[in-house]
Amino acid sequence: MARMPVQFRLNGSDRAVFVEPAETLLGTIRRGLGDFAPKFGCGQGTCGVCTVLVDGEPRLGCLTLSVTCEGRSIETASGLADGPTLHPLQAAFMEHFAAQCGFCTPGMLMAAKALLDRNPNPTRVEVVEAIAGNVCRCTGYEPIINAILAAAQQRGARRA
Amino acid sequence: MPVNVRIVQGLQEAAGILASDRGAQLLGGGTLLVRDINEGVMTEGTLLRAVDPVLLAMNTGGARVELGAGVTMAMVLASRDLPYLHAAARGIGGPAVRTTATIGGNLFAATPYGDFTTALLALDAVVTLHAGFGGARVMPLVEMLANRARGGVGLVASVGFSRPAGADAFRFVKVARVRPKGVSVLSIAAHLPQNGGRISGARIAYGAMGPTPLRAKAVERVLEGRTLDAATIAAAKSAALEGTQPATDAIASEWYRREVLPVHLGRLLAGETS
Ligand SMILES: Cc1cc2nc3c(=O)[nH]c(=O)nc-3n(C[C@H](O)[C@H](O)[C@H](O)COP(=O)(O)OP(=O)(O)OC[C@H]3O[C@@H](n4cnc5c(N)ncnc54)[C@H](O)[C@@H]3O)c2cc1C
Ligand code: FES
Ligand code: FES
Repeated sequence: MARMPVQFRLNGSDRAVFVEPAETLLGTIRRGLGDFAPKFGCGQGTCGVCTVLVDGEPRLGCLTLSVTCEGRSIETASGLADGPTLHPLQAAFMEHFAAQCGFCTPGMLMAAKALLDRNPNPTRVEVVEAIAGNVCRCTGYEPIINAILAAAQQRGARRA
Repeated sequence: MPVNVRIVQGLQEAAGILASDRGAQLLGGGTLLVRDINEGVMTEGTLLRAVDPVLLAMNTGGARVELGAGVTMAMVLASRDLPYLHAAARGIGGPAVRTTATIGGNLFAATPYGDFTTALLALDAVVTLHAGFGGARVMPLVEMLANRARGGVGLVASVGFSRPAGADAFRFVKVARVRPKGVSVLSIAAHLPQNGGRISGARIAYGAMGPTPLRAKAVERVLEGRTLDAATIAAAKSAALEGTQPATDAIASEWYRREVLPVHLGRLLAGETS
């Protein structure tokens, strides 16, 4: 089967790749482009570890075909930090012990970023809803929810 | 031969390919199709990616609403004109599923999926279909679902329905074991237009209570012309199971679904939350 050309922006850089027609965005990002932040968990849409942002919206890399991402802007957890400076969400995850094994963390961070970019001052219920598609087997979710709320508060304080 | 993807501009062309190639399927958001590829259920064939803007059109302002089949659950949730459909759209997966899952794909999702379709059934929706190389035709959703099992339905371009009369006239509940996101034990949608305090033209639909979402016609008959009081609700609950054929799956047994359906129907009609 002929490979298909696709161009998109990945964390701000223009990338051009040839993909298998039915290749997933997760496969292209990891194997094709060497960004291993988004993880492969279930491949069924149920765990959320592959969550990336496509034009600012949370999407599951494992269920998104790369050919549907032509011209789109893709963000992964690799693009969050600004050099040595962590993104407020990353810093809050660290401070609130929101990562143990860390396998869910890249997906959680991107689901949380999608929320805060759209709704900078979310309620607890909105945070729970935003990460409802992301499974964490370690933390029991509370530290993650608290970290996201703390990051929102910190970003609010910086804006004020 | 691995799975191929073909990008087509027009719906007519896509419908023609679907009619002539049995191995071709339209790609909606792909939340079900790509899962099938990942799991090795789909190993060959062609996915058609139709990029016709008709699929993304939303005509929501007037009394008659038309939604393109490629409209996602997130797009429905972002529309202020569609508050009555928000509960059904919000019930589908987590946020990253909803940005991808389309209305068109939901019409073909196997039970226990199909929550949004359940809401559309209670709105007496029609679908605009392209089958083969001919033009489009409009078909009641109920008829399309009956044809679905036989396959070859064609390509759904859009769904259309009349906006429900008032805020309280349309109700939806999804019963799941995992909140806020979980696959349906069942879902119920009710459109309850009233005329002089009496129900007129009720539409009740169930999800996950049969091979496809289905209308609860016995309940609709019970409700017709009556006020929504305790006696009516009790009668509706007695008729609740008529015509249902639930399955046993990983979410719930057939027995459990039958047990809880009348309870949730009663609560929905009484305006209580489940
Ligand atoms: C984690 C997870 C949770 C989910 N939870 C729910 C849930 O709670 N409730 C629920 O109802 N569903 C749920 N789903 C299933 C699914 O996401 C939805 O049913 C969705 O609406 C399917 O749409 P899609 O565009 O992704 O379909 P696709 O995978 O693109 O297509 C599914 C089928 O529909 C056909 N099709 C798509 N569009 C058209 C069209 N316009 N005309 C003709 N045929 C078409 C395709 O050819 C294919 O056969 C869930 C899925 C996942 C991964
Ligand atoms: S790997 Fe994508 S949701 Fe689990
Ligand atoms: S930290 Fe281990 S799965 Fe979340």
